[in-house]
Amino acid sequence: MRKSKKIFWLFLAPCLITFCIAVVIPTLTGIYYSFTDWDGLHANCDFVFLNNYISAVRDIYFQNAFVFTFKFVIITVIAVNVVAFAAAMLVTQNIKGKNLFRSIFFMPNLVGGVLVGFAWQFIFCDVFDSIGEILGINWLCDWLSTKSTGFWGLVILVVWQMSGYMMLIYIAQIQNIPENLLESARIDGASAFQCFWKIKLPLMMPAFTIGLFLTLTNCFKLYDQNLTLTGGGPAKATEMLTMDICNTAFSRNMYGMAQAKGIIFLIVVALITVSQLMFTKSKEVEM
Amino acid sequence: MQRKKIISKTVIILCCIMLAAFFIFPILLLFINSFKSLKEIYMSVLQLPETMNLDNYISAFKELDYLNAIKNSLIVTCTVTAANVICCSMAAWVLVRYKTKTSKLIFTIFSVAVLVPFQCVMLPLLAEMGKLNMINMPGLMLVNLGFGSSMSIILFHGFMKNVPVELEEAAAIDGASQPRIFFTIVLPLIKGIAVTVAILNVMSLWNDYLLPSLTINRSGTQTLPLRTYLFFGAYTKKWNLGSAALVMAIIPVIIFYVLCQKHIIKGVTEGAVKG
Repeated sequence: MRKSKKIFWLFLAPCLITFCIAVVIPTLTGIYYSFTDWDGLHANCDFVFLNNYISAVRDIYFQNAFVFTFKFVIITVIAVNVVAFAAAMLVTQNIKGKNLFRSIFFMPNLVGGVLVGFAWQFIFCDVFDSIGEILGINWLCDWLSTKSTGFWGLVILVVWQMSGYMMLIYIAQIQNIPENLLESARIDGASAFQCFWKIKLPLMMPAFTIGLFLTLTNCFKLYDQNLTLTGGGPAKATEMLTMDICNTAFSRNMYGMAQAKGIIFLIVVALITVSQLMFTKSKEVEM
Repeated sequence: MQRKKIISKTVIILCCIMLAAFFIFPILLLFINSFKSLKEIYMSVLQLPETMNLDNYISAFKELDYLNAIKNSLIVTCTVTAANVICCSMAAWVLVRYKTKTSKLIFTIFSVAVLVPFQCVMLPLLAEMGKLNMINMPGLMLVNLGFGSSMSIILFHGFMKNVPVELEEAAAIDGASQPRIFFTIVLPLIKGIAVTVAILNVMSLWNDYLLPSLTINRSGTQTLPLRTYLFFGAYTKKWNLGSAALVMAIIPVIIFYVLCQKHIIKGVTEGAVKG
């Protein structure tokens, strides 16, 4: 086939130009700005070397947000995947209404983060309060007003929203396991538990690679839900990294430092997700 | 044996029902409370409303500027999704069919960009958009097209690798130009993955909050998530109106889900597995 260079660039142009405007140029200028005393508006700014990075690392809000985000990511990634895996195992059994259950479990995923945050604010503040009062359970009252209830509130919200999505991925993988493999294992006298542990779980590894990757990146990048559920409160105690970066720029007006935080955030997320991909990929088995 | 089977099935169904309750109850409670007056909500959030009162919906409808917000959301979502599907399939096609070093390099850059979080580019992007006079609806759409292009190109690229080239070669021998080959032969072949890409785009664009809040946050051009956010800023703790507003904001998503559930579930699974 005759291939002209003109067509190549012409077909690529719309994506390449908008992609450069949206991603490539801001990333490069962002790296440059993070080494300057940039004020967010003007391009003429002085070089300050690593000062922004040093003040970012020393910033108490950044440190708190870092610890909070890591705790949140670890617990949520485990919780989401456990719930999603259990749900996938349940709805792939031979039961009535499994498609209905599947649809219900996935539905929250379509509702936007802003709406979900407000909806759960209502559940945690009003519904939990009144249930707590009726049953006389103290720990159900005053949710989201302390750091720990804000933390667990956010975990519950994300489990509610994200599990259905991961469940779909696990279902697809479970249905990929050839029935004759399980059949022959059963004939050889393997118990249901052995079938699950020795056959299903190892063959599920590709789904775990994707599931973990998606939950990790989505949890790190979480912003809307954090904003509308607790708004970072009480007193910035439940701020995640994304929100801290926004606040550093828009309410504290420290653009250079905010940009440095953004670059640190990029490096951390990239390192963690890439090493996770390599680790779980190495555990995958060939059929 | 038979009895054991029945017991295990009942246990599974019970687990499913419990899990389903967890997934449904927040939305159900919002729905119930959206018909109550504020006084009724303070009395008890768990009781059913005394009357089916639509007052909350009428006020929330006005305050949300509901139809206008829906219109804005639809404009952004539909335009960007359509542009994304066409532009990215075109780009992916040449990236697959031209096996040059440049084409490999460009594809690698697109793939790596998936890892870049929005907060990392947000500030320089805003400054740049300000300079280019793009802090408006068209600017937002252009930037969204750029952001969405990496994921869509990866998906199209993965799919097109397996589309046989012979058909296109035959058409080329018959004298068809390359744009014509793409639009008449390739595009119909990739319908399945195009639906997947479109669904993933619709889901992320419809719910997008941060970038629209920084670019089109003026009355008249706000999308539904922006209006909802503003609404709650003005009516904190007025959950009678709040719940009605949330139910109204969720309704379009539910309609979309009911109408194209099959495509959505297939699209989401495919998008994740191939991406």
